[in-house]
Amino acid sequence: MATMKPVPDRTGRFGPFGGRYVPETLMPAVAELDQAYRRVRRDRAFHQEFRALLKDYVGRPTPLRRADRVSEQVGFDVYLKREDLNHTGAHKINNTVGQILLARRMGKQRIIAETGAGQHGVATATAAALFGLKAEIYMGEEDVKRQALNVYRMRLLGAEVHPVTSGTATLKDATNEAIRDWVTNVRTTFYVIGSVVGPHPYPMMVRDFQSVIGREARRQIVDVAGGLPTHIVAAVGGGSNSMGIFYPFRNDPVALVGIEAAGEGVPSGRHAATITVAEPGILHGSLSYLLQDDDGQILPAHSISAGLDYPGVGPEHAYLHQTGRAQYHAIRDDEALSAFHRLAEWEGIIPALESAHAVAWVIKSKEALRALGARVLINLSGRGDKDVEAVARYEEVTHVPAH
Amino acid sequence: MSRRIEAAFLKAKGEGRAALIPYITAGYPDLARLSGLVRALSQAGADVIEIGIPFSDPLADGPVLQRAATEALRQGVRIRDIMAAVREVASGSPPLVFLTYINPVFRAGMGAFAHAARESGVEALIIPDLPWVEGTDLRRAASAEEMTIIPLVAPTSTPQHLWAIRRARGFVYGVSVTGVTGMRQDVDDGARAMVARVKHVVPLPVALGFGISTPDQAREVGGWADGVIVGSALVKAIAEDPGNAEAVAFGMVSAFRQKMAAPSRTTPPAFVGGSQK
Repeated sequence: MATMKPVPDRTGRFGPFGGRYVPETLMPAVAELDQAYRRVRRDRAFHQEFRALLKDYVGRPTPLRRADRVSEQVGFDVYLKREDLNHTGAHKINNTVGQILLARRMGKQRIIAETGAGQHGVATATAAALFGLKAEIYMGEEDVKRQALNVYRMRLLGAEVHPVTSGTATLKDATNEAIRDWVTNVRTTFYVIGSVVGPHPYPMMVRDFQSVIGREARRQIVDVAGGLPTHIVAAVGGGSNSMGIFYPFRNDPVALVGIEAAGEGVPSGRHAATITVAEPGILHGSLSYLLQDDDGQILPAHSISAGLDYPGVGPEHAYLHQTGRAQYHAIRDDEALSAFHRLAEWEGIIPALESAHAVAWVIKSKEALRALGARVLINLSGRGDKDVEAVARYEEVTHVPAH
Repeated sequence: MSRRIEAAFLKAKGEGRAALIPYITAGYPDLARLSGLVRALSQAGADVIEIGIPFSDPLADGPVLQRAATEALRQGVRIRDIMAAVREVASGSPPLVFLTYINPVFRAGMGAFAHAARESGVEALIIPDLPWVEGTDLRRAASAEEMTIIPLVAPTSTPQHLWAIRRARGFVYGVSVTGVTGMRQDVDDGARAMVARVKHVVPLPVALGFGISTPDQAREVGGWADGVIVGSALVKAIAEDPGNAEAVAFGMVSAFRQKMAAPSRTTPPAFVGGSQK
């Protein structure tokens, strides 16, 4: 396989995607962040501090193990990278620890973040607490209602949660509000973005911080399985867990498979399958694919998984799609739910609904994968405890049988 | 292309005052009112009129303009209908400029959007989430359609940015504060220094926006800036009495205009229904 050209370029472009589409007020801040990040990227002391925290605070490396009963059921080897075993229960903390270390280096005392379901908000509040910094988290009012427990968690961790009532009162509106805060308090504030989205350098920086997943996994699977996987499968909302595991394998002969949320089905219009639709647009600082109408107004996304419920996607995913280096598929709510149950029963692991989308695609594609003699690595990005209540409620309402 | 805008600033300067630039959101309170509102602003003495195209995710706007955009979109307003409504009223109006976020422009295609806006009689575009360095393609496409892209300057802008916009046309939109649009008690002290900094490098009039909400503020700012942009205060007044949107807009902009006039040359505002010139 040909080696991919390093992306992004100096201006933050992944092919045509990416860039820095922010108000002029923020341009110097974005440039300052870019410089600061480029400095720490070459700074051995920064990496030592980051690695030590990932090991002793986050609990890395996370295990990678063959899922024996899943493998038996589908008829080929399936391995799980256990990001659910990180402190706070998901991969999000890898990135927040990295960004907050950078914020300290830059002398920024005030931390802000957006959150959808609350996972990134909790991870930001956690990393901020670790360093005695104050975090303020923007969260759509709809999500505040649906995720009351995560709101309480953030408050326990000393963060202030600002409910956002504008627009659709969900993640995209929380992101708008966080950007408004950043524009207003740009001189003192560090904005911790939770995915591989936003203006340059965020997509690159978040990818780099999350790449620890793929670096570990590459080492581990060679040890455990004696070679590389044929397929790596991961869920894609904004795309940070998938980019984190894909990136270190980009020059390997490995199929990279991103799984989006088809919600109630792509034809229903109630979905979050941004790359499946593949319409270019500009939102929240970068050019990528977007859910939008003919006038370029942003459409609300839908998924049973709040973490995938976003109308955009990281620009590097758009690039991987456009170049054909990664393939993207979409999984419906009901398929993800079914996989949620399967993994719990077969492996004793309750996955996050996000990760259940990746598991669902592997189960759904088992004939084709078996015929290929596949060895599949799934990124299990988070644990499902946060989703248990919502799933129970959903199944009560829709009378979906548990099996 | 931007000649009418530059002429409007010169005319105001010749009268010893700053240019007055009111802003309204297209489709608010509803699209049928747009032509009447533009006429009212024109009769009240607006020198340039800024028309906002509502966007689903207006991240540079404060609560007042967010609500107006949300309401316009809730009513299903479409950009082609806005352009048609503007076209009806443009020929008898002062120079018109559109304020739009980048995605609707990108979606339509940069050249196609500029062409349609020009056809509807609009002279220039202000795009708050398109920084100058990302706007090269759009400026090329816009210039082929005789459409001007207005540069923005913020208190945080670098000398490199001022240098980059020195050949821009029309006017410079000075953002008075680090923040979003909305009404404020005081105009930031830094704004005056920023305007001076811009004028030192860029040979264009500088109009100041973001937060100017009273005639007194407008008069003060008009003492050292070439233009004053009034947005949130006007839209809020309209929101408080949407049934009389045109009369409210006329009254408010007349009051601004009167206060901004040089003391020796104060003239009463024109009446609704009368002609401006």
